[in-house]
Amino acid sequence: MSEVIHADHHDDHAHGPAKGMLRWLYTTNHKDIGTLYLWFSFAMFLIGGAMALVIRTELFQPGLQFIEPEFFNQMTTNHGLIMVFGAIMPAFVGLANWLIPMQVGAPDMALPRMNNLSFWILPFAFSMMISTLFMEGGGPNFGWTFYAPLSTTYAPDSVTYFIFAVHLMGASSIMGSINIIATILNMRAPGMTLMKMPMFVWTWLITAYLLIAVMPVLAGAVTMMLFDIHFNTSFFNAAGGGDPVMFQHIFWFFGHPEVYIMILPAFGIVSHIIPTFARKQLFGYTSMVYAVASIAFLSFIVWAHHMFTVGMPLAGQLFFMYSTMLIAVPTGVKVFNWIATMWRGSMTFETPMLFAIAFVVLFTIGGLSGIMLAITPADYQYHDTYFVVAHFHYVLVPGALFSIIAAVYFWIPKWTGKMYDESLGKLHFWLSFVGVNVTFFPQHFSGLAGMPRRIPDYALQFADFNMISSVGAFIFGFSQVFFLYVLIKTIRSGAPAKARSWEGAKGLEWTLPSPAPYHSFTYPPEVKSEEVHG
Amino acid sequence: MTVESKQQNDIRRTVKKLALIVVGMCFFVAALVPLYDLFCEVTGLNGKTGGPYVFDEAKTSPDTTRLVKVNFLTNTNEGMSWDFWPQKGAVRVHPGSANTVSFYVKNTTGRPMIAQAIPSLVPSSAAEFFHKTECFCFEQQLLQPGEELEMPMRFIVDRGLPKNVQSINLSYALFDVTERVGLPEDMQITDNQVSPVTGG
Repeated sequence: MSEVIHADHHDDHAHGPAKGMLRWLYTTNHKDIGTLYLWFSFAMFLIGGAMALVIRTELFQPGLQFIEPEFFNQMTTNHGLIMVFGAIMPAFVGLANWLIPMQVGAPDMALPRMNNLSFWILPFAFSMMISTLFMEGGGPNFGWTFYAPLSTTYAPDSVTYFIFAVHLMGASSIMGSINIIATILNMRAPGMTLMKMPMFVWTWLITAYLLIAVMPVLAGAVTMMLFDIHFNTSFFNAAGGGDPVMFQHIFWFFGHPEVYIMILPAFGIVSHIIPTFARKQLFGYTSMVYAVASIAFLSFIVWAHHMFTVGMPLAGQLFFMYSTMLIAVPTGVKVFNWIATMWRGSMTFETPMLFAIAFVVLFTIGGLSGIMLAITPADYQYHDTYFVVAHFHYVLVPGALFSIIAAVYFWIPKWTGKMYDESLGKLHFWLSFVGVNVTFFPQHFSGLAGMPRRIPDYALQFADFNMISSVGAFIFGFSQVFFLYVLIKTIRSGAPAKARSWEGAKGLEWTLPSPAPYHSFTYPPEVKSEEVHG
Repeated sequence: MTVESKQQNDIRRTVKKLALIVVGMCFFVAALVPLYDLFCEVTGLNGKTGGPYVFDEAKTSPDTTRLVKVNFLTNTNEGMSWDFWPQKGAVRVHPGSANTVSFYVKNTTGRPMIAQAIPSLVPSSAAEFFHKTECFCFEQQLLQPGEELEMPMRFIVDRGLPKNVQSINLSYALFDVTERVGLPEDMQITDNQVSPVTGG
């Protein structure tokens, strides 16, 4: 550890990156590592998206047309794992790397070498996981929640690769989180008190604590699986006195905070973009901070709402139902604050703002279907149907993903010094917006009508909804390839961007020139009141 | 102390604290397993019934004012091909009285196997009031090919059973644990008599 800390004491004050490709391997610069994270997550996003399209192709019509059911299961499992651990989470870590040092007025992250390590673990973890698809017996096929005994007694032989891949991802996340907390708590510019921090920094501080708390739980769960598979223990095996239901408890004790890990930074991003384009101060900054903290706390006591049907006593069902519904209160506070921020603002609708507004609307739809699912007696009907699929895709795609895309459009002028093409950005937005709704809205209906999730074939009555869904999926999928084109075009030939790229933008990062210099804030900046969010 | 080295010290302190949280959470997840068992035992959730119970017939008298129906269900886990069923599907008993029922089991395969029965009880609120003084589920059964067995189970429904519980369902799932436990040396299967191994 001491080695890592001393990395800050190096004496060469080089003003630019090293030359050659190895620069990316050795870099300890927060901007380089942020860029690596973002491109990595984009690559994973396209791979996971391709898997989603395989799924939607098979589901275009009832019957088995293109792939075997065994392969279908591998596609749903890997799509989920790659999107959660490979796309959404690394994208947020990438944004944290780029933005947090600039937003708190620090020269770099607190632990630059550990930062390098936590990124470079990821390509190995995911190569390991994806390689199992080409092995005899296939890759993980037990759903992204890998319930035992599907993932132990009945798992393909390659499950051990999956277990170690999850260990590596966990190690990477824990190191990344320690780094983020250490940076935020110790490296803020003088005068930036906790309650003056930008919302993105606040949300990431809380997210990082969640990660530190639950990643060891995930590691514990997969370690117990490993022991059950190879060392004859019976943690999850009823024949040996274990209990498969305990797996679900442990998994969701990790899993529920995990879903907030994927949404809290999104709340932060939207809390930057909406005030900028409404040209108003964020409404209710303090309540926003407390809302995020309460959501984080509640996330630890609601896990069993994922497993209402395992046979819980009434008291347990009621407790988890009420505690889950309680989350709607702080979330509602946030949504009302965003709307109040827009109220009577002089709004303009550039691409980041469009994505942010779509986030507020569509995330709220996902939140409301979440409340429906929280009603225990009703959940018995919705459980394991496409209604659940529609719910979590509404909070993750137009929720988490839209916020990431919004962040990229919002900060790309700062990162590259180039402005994206506004009309291409708007086209990308409308294609994505239409695509995402056409894909996922009909799934509410097929779910309510009883279509189970994770199946390659279905009853005829669901044919129309599935066909619409598949068409939407292809629109959405290809509009993300278009996003790649917009990004490359921006980097290559975008118009030069101003230091303060948006008229209403506030915060220390906008006081730096665009593109931001390789080393920002060698000396702590002065925190002026007009740059403060709170 | 310069500003910079003070900052480095602060960072080091933060990292140490955070590393402690990580280590603490690792211990927490390890502790979850015994805690979960303890929780289920205390509350009776999950329908887990307790271990052997010491019953002194002289000290309690049966509650003859009510009868409780106890239903017995049996099933074999996937890959377990033994015959397994209760001799009586249900009995009516007075709380506080000792009762004996028996279960029939037969190894229908051509090789020696070891079985373990796992009980589960519904409603879970009755689990702590269902006592067993003798049960085949407290031990494992090793049966030779074609061997059959009558297995007794002696139980008492506690007088404290909530009044609203009028019937209790006790189910046993029979698992093949031959591979897990291992057969005694003299019964090891030789190559020329290998039959397909069931289960994972």
